[in-house]
Amino acid sequence: MALSRRVSFLAGLRYRGKQGMLNFILHRITGLGIVAFVGIHVVAGFFGQQFGDDLSFALNTIYESWQFQLFVYFSVLYHALNGTRLTLMDLFPKLMRFQRELLWLQWAIFVVSFGFPSYFLIQTSLSSS
Amino acid sequence: MRTSRPIRSSGFIEYVLWLFTRFSGLLLLLFAAISMGVAFSLGGRTLLDLPTMTRWVFFPNPNHVVNSDIPDVSVGWSNAFWQIFSVLMIFLAAGHGINGVRMVLEDYISRPLLVAMLRVLLFMLWLACMIFAVYVILYS
Repeated sequence: MALSRRVSFLAGLRYRGKQGMLNFILHRITGLGIVAFVGIHVVAGFFGQQFGDDLSFALNTIYESWQFQLFVYFSVLYHALNGTRLTLMDLFPKLMRFQRELLWLQWAIFVVSFGFPSYFLIQTSLSSS
Repeated sequence: MRTSRPIRSSGFIEYVLWLFTRFSGLLLLLFAAISMGVAFSLGGRTLLDLPTMTRWVFFPNPNHVVNSDIPDVSVGWSNAFWQIFSVLMIFLAAGHGINGVRMVLEDYISRPLLVAMLRVLLFMLWLACMIFAVYVILYS
């Protein structure tokens, strides 16, 4: 039963759900992004290997660019960390008292483990090109 | 005046899928950690960049990680352990992803016929994913 929504995107963003709602949106976006990436990647790989299709190779060039890898890495890491936090809170409901602290912990882990690899990725990509 | 959203009457299958989403997520993290460890122990400590490591973590299959700099990657990977590992990984990942797409769609679509058709379509997509993946795993 979906609610019929007559709310613009910006009004939705201004909804004062704060971190919880923004995490909900980001979790959806990153999840759909991973599904789209893996789906197109599988299709492109299949057609590239079976038929040597030019479109597949063009798509593969897009995937292997470092900008796209940054996006994929962001999506995977964020989705994994946020999903772990949600799972832990679902399995141990006592943790929900500390959900804001857990969120800060999640972002702390995210910044470190996204920052270092992407720093080296950008550095090597820019210096090699 | 807008009323609050009625709570969806979720049946047993919804509950099983809810559990599946949680536990498949945790298991996928475990599998990803194992794949990353294997990539490191095969020599990836100094040879792999982030994109190649992503290839290992997503799908540690000799066909998929052929771009990596690790030599002789297909040796020792075509045995039953890694084949079952890969099939399990694809099973969990495809189920997690396609169930997630179903949940997002059903949040925005309320017409029952359309929902039913989309469910059939998503199930066929899942089946196609599994067939392709098992084929790739067993013949690589």
